[in-house]
Amino acid sequence: MKIIVTIKQVPNVTKVKWDADGSLIRAGLPTIINPVDKHAIEAALELKEKHGGEVIVISMGPGQVESALREALCMGADQAIQLTDRKFAGADTWATSYALGCAIKKIGDYDLVISGVEAMDGNTAQVGPQMAEFLGLPLLSYALGIESDGKKVQIQQKLGDFERKIEADFPALVTVEKEINEYRVTPMDKILEAFEKEIPVWEADDVDAELVHLGLKGSPTKLRKVFSPKIEKGKVQMLEGTPEEIARQVADKLNEKFLI
Amino acid sequence: MATKANIEEHKNVWVFAEQNNGKLAKVSLEMLGEGRKLADKLGVELAAFLIGDNVKTSAETLIAYGADKVFLAEDPELKEYRTELYTDIICKKALEEKPEILIIGASAIGRDLTPRVSFRLNTGCTADCTELDIDEEKRLLVSTRPAFGGNVMATIICPEHRPQMSTVRPGVMAVPEADASRTGEIITVPVEIKPEEIKVRVIESNEKEHEGEKIEDAEKVVGIGIGASDPESVEYVKELAKVLGAKIGGSRPCVEKHIIPHEVQVGQTGKNIRPELYIPCGISGTVQHTTGITNAKYTIAINKDPNAEIFKFANLGIAGDAKVILPAIIKEIKKYKA
Ligand SMILES: Cc1cc2nc3c(=O)[nH]c(=O)nc-3n(C[C@H](O)[C@H](O)[C@H](O)COP(=O)(O)OP(=O)(O)OC[C@H]3O[C@@H](n4cnc5c(N)ncnc54)[C@H](O)[C@@H]3O)c2cc1C
Ligand SMILES: Cc1cc2nc3c(=O)[nH]c(=O)nc-3n(C[C@H](O)[C@H](O)[C@H](O)COP(=O)(O)OP(=O)(O)OC[C@H]3O[C@@H](n4cnc5c(N)ncnc54)[C@H](O)[C@@H]3O)c2cc1C
Repeated sequence: MKIIVTIKQVPNVTKVKWDADGSLIRAGLPTIINPVDKHAIEAALELKEKHGGEVIVISMGPGQVESALREALCMGADQAIQLTDRKFAGADTWATSYALGCAIKKIGDYDLVISGVEAMDGNTAQVGPQMAEFLGLPLLSYALGIESDGKKVQIQQKLGDFERKIEADFPALVTVEKEINEYRVTPMDKILEAFEKEIPVWEADDVDAELVHLGLKGSPTKLRKVFSPKIEKGKVQMLEGTPEEIARQVADKLNEKFLI
Repeated sequence: MATKANIEEHKNVWVFAEQNNGKLAKVSLEMLGEGRKLADKLGVELAAFLIGDNVKTSAETLIAYGADKVFLAEDPELKEYRTELYTDIICKKALEEKPEILIIGASAIGRDLTPRVSFRLNTGCTADCTELDIDEEKRLLVSTRPAFGGNVMATIICPEHRPQMSTVRPGVMAVPEADASRTGEIITVPVEIKPEEIKVRVIESNEKEHEGEKIEDAEKVVGIGIGASDPESVEYVKELAKVLGAKIGGSRPCVEKHIIPHEVQVGQTGKNIRPELYIPCGISGTVQHTTGITNAKYTIAINKDPNAEIFKFANLGIAGDAKVILPAIIKEIKKYKA
C-alpha cells in the first residue's frame, strides 16, 4: 500500500504578526506540524503496519518546512518530499491544491492520499477536497476511523448531525479528524534513522506545474485586507452592590426584557 | 483548465439549498436571506439549487424564503449526500447558466462540497465567512472571514473568476421571514447518474441523537467557563439554566474537561449562537470564544476579574465570584416567577 500524506507547517497562532500590506510575518515565529496532520501521519503508519507498503509525506512551504518533514520521518514515514519554490508563494487554497496535486501526480502510483481536515492557521478545510478534485479521486472526508482490506478504504465519517460508514476503491483521498487516533511518541531508533534520510526539494518545474496556476498569480481569491476582530467597547453597564442587590437588578432587567 | 472568466456573461446569485432526509438545513434559509440582499443590491435574480430524492415540496419553501427560481435535481441515487454526484450536477448547470455568485452554508456538507465545486469551476472560494457585502462600484462580492483561530479577520475578493463563491458559518445570518404568497419558478435539472460509475458507497448512515434543541437555535444560553467549572458552580449553572429554560453551552476548556459535550462548545471551533439572552459565567472572553457570541442580543457576564475581556461583549457586567452571584440570581428569578 502506497500512502501519501500531506502535512502543513503552521505558525503558532497565538503569536501571529502582520506587515503593512497584510502579509504574514513568518520570520521568528515558532512553527509546528499542523496538529491534525500528525493524526493523518499516524493513520497512514497504522495502515502500513497492517498491510505493508510505504508512507510518503509531502509539504509545501518555505525552506523551514524541512523541520516538519524531518519530524514526520521521525514518527516513521519512509520518505519525505519538500515543495519549495518562490513561485508557490502566496497561494490560496486553489493554487495550493494544484501544486500539491502536481507533486502527488509526479510521485504517482499511490493507493491513498491522506490529509488533515483543516489547518489551524488558514482554517479553510478546502485543500483536501480540492486536491481530490484535481486528482479525480473520490473524497472521504471527516474520518473518525479508517480501515482497509488493501483494495478499498472504508471510513467512519462525521458528517454534521450524521455519522456514516462510507467506502471507495483505491485510489482515494481521505481527510482525517483528530479523534481518529492517538499519534505515537517517536521511537529513539527512528530519530537517528530519520536524520540520515535525504529530503528531496522539488520546485515548480520538477512537478510539471503550469506557472499560471501557481502562487499569488494563480490564486483566484485575493486578500483585500486583514484586521483585528472588532470589539465593541464601553457599552457594558457594571452592576454594583451586594450579591443580593446585584441579583435583584439582574432579575428586574430580565423581567423588563420579557426574558423571565 | 480554463483561466480567467468572461465576467460580463455571468449574472444572478445562487444559493445551495442543503437538505438532510428531506429536511432543509436551517443554514440554507439563512443563505437565502443573505442571497436576497446580495441579489437586490446587484439587481439580479436569486436562485436556489436543491438536490435530493423526492424533495420537491422543499422547493416551495425556498421560494417562500426568497428564491425567485429553484433548480431542482432529483434521483433515488441522490438520497444520500455524495460529494461527486452533487459536484457534477451543480457544475454542469453552473457552466450553462453562469451565475456570478454562489453562496453555501458552511455546514459539514457545505464544507465538503464547496471546495470541490470551486476547483472544478476554476474559481476561488472564501471559507466560513461571517460577513458578505457587494462592492457596488466594482460589482464584486466582498467576503469577510476569521482566520488564525479567530485572531484575525480577512476580507477577500475573487475579481477575475466566476462564480464568486463563499461559504458562511451557520448561525451568523438571520433566517428571513417566510412569505407564502411569493411566487417563483421551479426548473427541473435533468440528472443522469450511471450507478456503476459512482465511486463512494454509503454503507450506513445514522443521525446522531440530540438532546432536544441545538445550542445554535437556543433562545437563552448560559455559558460555562473555567471560572465556573468546579462542581459547586456547575450545579448553580445547571439550576440557573433550569429556571430560565436555557441551554448550557461553554468554552472549549470545559469541553476538554468533559463538563459539557462538544456539540455545545461556543466559538471559533464550536458553534455560533444567536440567543436573546446569553449569560457567560467564568468565561474570560478570548477571541476564539467571542467570535461565536457576537450575535447574542443581550449578554450578562459574570467574572471575578473586573477587567476580563468578556465584559466588552456584555450589556450587563457583574464582577464577582460565580459561586456567590449565581445562587443569589437564581433566588431572585424564582421570586419573580412565584
Ligand atoms: C487570513 C487568511 C485567510 C485566508 N482565507 C482563504 C480563503 O478563504 N480561501 C482560500 O482559498 N484561501 C484562503 N487563504 C489562503 C490559504 O490559507 C492558503 O492557501 C493555505 O496554504 C491553505 O489553506 P488552509 O491553511 O486553510 O488549509 P486547509 O485547507 O485547512 O488544510 C487542510 C489540509 O490540507 C493539507 N495542506 C494544506 N496546506 C498544505 C501545504 N502547504 N503543504 C502540505 N499540505 C497542506 C494539510 O493536510 C491540511 O491539514 C487565506 C490566507 C490567509 C492568510
Ligand atoms: C485554534 C483554537 C481554537 C479555539 N476554539 C475555541 C472555541 O471555539 N471556543 C472557546 O471557548 N475556546 C476556544 N479556544 C480556546 C480559547 O483560546 C481559550 O482558551 C478559552 O476560550 C478560554 O476558556 P475560559 O474562558 O473558560 O477559561 P479561562 O480563559 O481560563 O478564563 C476563566 C475566567 O474565569 C474567571 N474566574 C475564575 N474564577 C472565577 C469565579 N470563581 N467566578 C467568576 N469568574 C471566575 C477568570 O477571571 C477568567 O476570566 C480555542 C483555542 C485555539 C488555539
